[in-house]
Amino acid sequence: MTKQLDKNQTAIVGYIVGFVLSVALTLTAYAVVTNKTVMGVTLMMVLGALALVQVVVQLIFFLHLGDEPKPRWKLAVFFSMLVVLVIIVGGSLWIMYHLDYNMMHMPMEQLQQRMDKEAGF
Amino acid sequence: MTKLLKKATEVEALEDKTHFGFWVYLMTDCILFASLFATYVVLRGNTASGPSGHELFDLPMVLVETLILLTSSFACGLAMLALKRGDKRQLVGWLAATYVLGVAFLVIELNEFAVLVTEGHGWQQSAFLSAFFTLVGTHGVHITIGLLWLLVLVCVLFKRGFSDKLRRQFVLFSLFWHFLDVIWIFIFTIVYLMGAA
Repeated sequence: MTKQLDKNQTAIVGYIVGFVLSVALTLTAYAVVTNKTVMGVTLMMVLGALALVQVVVQLIFFLHLGDEPKPRWKLAVFFSMLVVLVIIVGGSLWIMYHLDYNMMHMPMEQLQQRMDKEAGF
Repeated sequence: MTKLLKKATEVEALEDKTHFGFWVYLMTDCILFASLFATYVVLRGNTASGPSGHELFDLPMVLVETLILLTSSFACGLAMLALKRGDKRQLVGWLAATYVLGVAFLVIELNEFAVLVTEGHGWQQSAFLSAFFTLVGTHGVHITIGLLWLLVLVCVLFKRGFSDKLRRQFVLFSLFWHFLDVIWIFIFTIVYLMGAA
């Protein structure tokens, strides 16, 4: 009985720790944006890092990822999902960035020339 | 005794299977959201001379919305602990909190959409807004489905009481709800914070 109670208590502590950390990370990210302490690429990287940390916190404390007996199938599916995710998001951004780079940054006449030349393509 | 033990292990095996099956669904849902995020990030600059996120987003309101959803997720976690103890009163109490906070989140989101549309910044104005409404709207649809699911589960609980099946359903619902909060972290960061910065 006491063992059961202890288990329940540690579980509650887990949820509370996850909740407090998540609130703190959310408020930090918000403060970083509103205070304008950092700008540009640094700001994006700081926000990205804060989001990733919060995701890991919630995966561990709320979704209990990795908290299963072996073989850890949930974790395996999770990582295969991550691979697909990186390919979709990374791939899209990579391709579209190069498309922008090739199309948008030339002077208007040059773009017109290129479009005339490749008309019907 | 051995018969009982056998039944217990059978129930446990079934529990593991449904749990794993639902987890696989959640992971494919992640991929759906990943493609919507990729679309949004690619199109976020294409405002067609219309307003960008910087001019449109009401950050303090979004922060409140975020904290509400986070608290809802937390309440759902506490409900699962009550479920494990078999404490019906606490379970229903925490689920009610989950539900009310979820509805509050949805109301704030729909209000934001309504304001944008009535001011003429609907999904037809620019590629940026189309991508925005698709991404945030898809999350909103998930929340709506989750709220309906929770309502049905609680009705069944009141009508028929606890069963192994219902217990399993509650656990799956909590996975779904926590998962939606994880997706929201990305929406909050990528769409709102990075958009308003």
